[in-house]
Amino acid sequence: MSTSLIDLSSTQMLAGLRSGAFSSRELTQAVLDRIHAVDPQVRAYLSLAPEQALVQASQADAQLTAARKSGADKLPALLGLPIAVKDLLTVKGMRCTCGSKILENFVPPFTASSIQRLLDAGVIIVGKTNMDEFAMGSSTENSAYFPTSNPWDLTRVPGGSSGGSAAAVAAREAPIAIGSDTGGSIRQPASFCGLTGIKPTYGRISRYGLIAYGSSLDSVGVLAHSVEDIVPLFQTMSGADPHDATSMDVPVPAIQLDNKTDLHGLRVGVPAEYFIEGIQPEVEAAVRKAIQTLKEMGAEIVEVSLPHTSYALPVYYLIAPAEASANLARYDGIRFGPRSTEDSLWSMFRDTRGELFGPEVKRRIMLGTYALSAGYYDAYYGQAQKVRTLIKRDFDEAYQSVDVIACPVAPTTAFKQGEHSGDPLAMYLEDVFTLPINLAGVPGLAFPVGFDSRNLPIGMQLLGPHFKEEALFKTAHAYQQVTDWHKRTPSL
Amino acid sequence: MILTLKEVNHIADLARLNLSEEEKKKYQEQLSAILDYAARLQELDTSGIAPTASVLATTSHLRADKAGDPLPLEETLRNSANKTDNQFRVPPVFE
Repeated sequence: MSTSLIDLSSTQMLAGLRSGAFSSRELTQAVLDRIHAVDPQVRAYLSLAPEQALVQASQADAQLTAARKSGADKLPALLGLPIAVKDLLTVKGMRCTCGSKILENFVPPFTASSIQRLLDAGVIIVGKTNMDEFAMGSSTENSAYFPTSNPWDLTRVPGGSSGGSAAAVAAREAPIAIGSDTGGSIRQPASFCGLTGIKPTYGRISRYGLIAYGSSLDSVGVLAHSVEDIVPLFQTMSGADPHDATSMDVPVPAIQLDNKTDLHGLRVGVPAEYFIEGIQPEVEAAVRKAIQTLKEMGAEIVEVSLPHTSYALPVYYLIAPAEASANLARYDGIRFGPRSTEDSLWSMFRDTRGELFGPEVKRRIMLGTYALSAGYYDAYYGQAQKVRTLIKRDFDEAYQSVDVIACPVAPTTAFKQGEHSGDPLAMYLEDVFTLPINLAGVPGLAFPVGFDSRNLPIGMQLLGPHFKEEALFKTAHAYQQVTDWHKRTPSL
Repeated sequence: MILTLKEVNHIADLARLNLSEEEKKKYQEQLSAILDYAARLQELDTSGIAPTASVLATTSHLRADKAGDPLPLEETLRNSANKTDNQFRVPPVFE
């Protein structure tokens, strides 16, 4: 029984729990058994909560059984579903490290709003997943604890920074996982691991309880095997939150997916700037084929231009570190984490931060501090914020003539562990197609559209205007009705 | 290189980071390379372009100015390495 339960999609799991085909306790135990069997190889999780998860599962089962007996149908939407959560979203009482030694023993006194909404809807959190320290990275190799492996090829990276969440879902160590995306941290690991992943519009889901990296860019989102699996969690987490002034009071549509595969009336933009030299030929071929499939389904394909795309990388790597340098000032040894010394206030700050932050975090704090420092502010941070306006305008103009934009997620498939270590700029170039979306605050949905000759997944992303996630979900869902890339799983 | 070692020292001081000599040299090289790459932003004429203050057209909402239940004191202090009498304990600010 255990081996077959983990092969179900989260949608099938929810249906099975409702019908009584299996219990939440059986399902949760099957997930925990799977973690026990494969996580020593994959290393997707930083911490597990097996006892608590099984207690919650039993409570969910009591509710499910009572509802079946009484015929009541007013059950929480996600009751009994086990999920994984990236270790930068706080859950009260559950250690939260953010992949950093500076938060090694941090036990949050409150739960993130997005996670609280999921818990209210009945989910069971089996564990917290690995990530690049403070979400800074594209490979999960910057975790202060250990790197995570890609379930499709254990010698390769799962992408990052939500690499633990992606690897957990791909290895069927969780049917679905929560991540965050500041410059591609959901979409790129989804692409590398053959998953579907949503980075919602900035402001769609509350950031309260998300440990901040780049506050004007950070978004909470979901990684799963299909659009169908993602939508119920996206809807549960969305909406304004009094604890986050940037969460927007925009109506959350009741998204109804159907089996319709007719895309007539949909205008899909294809930006030339995303098909550049250096892109792996198999990636370009698979994305172009997927665009052709959308055309065969009735969509109109329109060439669009996003002329400032090539400036997104330098803009991002000034703005995000600048915001990070301010956000990470709070790690001073006073309120959380260990203290390296108490000799003097000055040395407590300097030694604690110098010893407990990893190399990439220190690099970005240094870069951001410089970009914000007197004499350089206008040339770096100020200019970057102006160019950001131009990047955002590119999108506004493109959406005058198209409904969605289709492009690759990453220039390559999953790379080897260690391949980019020592060359930060080469690592940053991995994000070239994902960063512009965060700078513009628009939503992006990544999903698999093929495999390369090494049997590594290839992802495409659909981008839309602010708060138009529904168009992305419906288009990708239609595509997933006629293709089966998203159903493939690694042999692990 | 764009950055001198003296500037690296100054940034590390501003950021309250104790770095080894080896780290300073490495960051001098790496940050210089990144800043050199970022110099391409100067190609663009941005006169008359407003810096992005928010990616969204609408403004942030404010919640009602009502007192709520704060976290209990012991909860907020629990994660500190050194606390006493319901306060965070730190080395003296003035000697």
